[in-house]
Amino acid sequence: MPAEQPITIAVTGLNAIDSPGPGVAVIRALRDGFPNQIRIIGLSYETLEPGIYMTDIVDKVYQIPYPSAGKDALFARIQYIHEREKLNVLIPNFDAELYNFIKLGPSLQAIGIHTFLPSQEQFDARDKVHLAAFGRQHGLAVPGDRVIYQEHELYACAELFGYPLVVKGKFYDAVVAHTMEQAQKGFHKLSAKWGFPIIVQQFIAGTEINIAVLGDGKGQAISIIPMRKLYITDKGKAWAGITLEDPSLLELARQFVAATQWRGGCELEIMRAADGTPYIMEVNPRFPAWIYLTAGAGQNQPAALARMALGETIAPYTDYEVGKIFIRYAWDLITDVQAFQTISGLGER
Amino acid sequence: MQLRKNMAISENGFLFNPSTGDSYSANPVAAEILNRLRAGDSPDVVKQSILEKYDVNAGELEKDWDDFVAQLRAAQLLA
Repeated sequence: MPAEQPITIAVTGLNAIDSPGPGVAVIRALRDGFPNQIRIIGLSYETLEPGIYMTDIVDKVYQIPYPSAGKDALFARIQYIHEREKLNVLIPNFDAELYNFIKLGPSLQAIGIHTFLPSQEQFDARDKVHLAAFGRQHGLAVPGDRVIYQEHELYACAELFGYPLVVKGKFYDAVVAHTMEQAQKGFHKLSAKWGFPIIVQQFIAGTEINIAVLGDGKGQAISIIPMRKLYITDKGKAWAGITLEDPSLLELARQFVAATQWRGGCELEIMRAADGTPYIMEVNPRFPAWIYLTAGAGQNQPAALARMALGETIAPYTDYEVGKIFIRYAWDLITDVQAFQTISGLGER
Repeated sequence: MQLRKNMAISENGFLFNPSTGDSYSANPVAAEILNRLRAGDSPDVVKQSILEKYDVNAGELEKDWDDFVAQLRAAQLLA
């Protein structure tokens, strides 16, 4: 489809809260990248996701079933939405929903909805449970780790890694433990919240850097933007950040994309150790919440992804503005109870 | 002593290290020194100029210079 024609893009992740989903930032970037020729369909899970009520961000919103409802329920709902909105592209933005959307990729394509997602193998390989093996396989620096199921295994981890060590939940959350008691407390807290296994990781001291990456699925990185968090919330989320110039980070991201043939957006969480080694701490398989900074710095990753999803060939970006800063802010949006009632009662507004 | 090539310094002494994202404020004398070094002057030439321009003796200048270089190194602003 020529880029000049109006397109309709569905986007999830409208929860622009203190630990935000990327949806609103993705939409802002899309609106920049397709000015006056785009219609945005928000896909929400909960009725108070702020993006639902941001009428300059979304043109229409539909609720979709939780990932636990399964891919068939999701596909049925997407079909319903597609019949009304004629979606061209769908950009999912939550880790937990990606499994279903990846599985549905061919079915969505068959009805004319384009996605640009990693394969199931790529998605599984970068899972934090497999990260160490993933690093070894591709020659990437990753911290040592152990995947454990029982509390007593913490002793062997402490013997191996020393203190502090990092106790991580299967999906989210991490605790830096300086003693066995703290490690045990973290083990129980995280396993109760996220289930098993628990990942125990070597602690790497250094500077935290994040890299937003867009891969073309053929081993080429279309865009790479490294960012250092300048202000971090108590949940560890970036509230402000700045783009960096560092060839070693760009090379690391290129190496990652070449090794994995990554297709779509992702975020590399990096810890640059005192000796300069950039360790990959985690690979998030979707755009980060700060993705609008890529548009601000001159490489609009969401727009490039949408164009690739539509079949365009995009040449890799070569330049971006270093020293570009984002500062997140909170804003009280005032709406009427009817708006809440509509999305709650009808599942769309 | 060589400054990082990509270090940015504004006229009012605001320093930015694009590799780390850190920024600093340099006082007017520090900004003058950094700008002259970036322009290609050697440390000896800059020091001589400082001795001629400001009320400072050679011993004090050497001590302050060493402190300054240590700060630049700690801030990863030296190549």
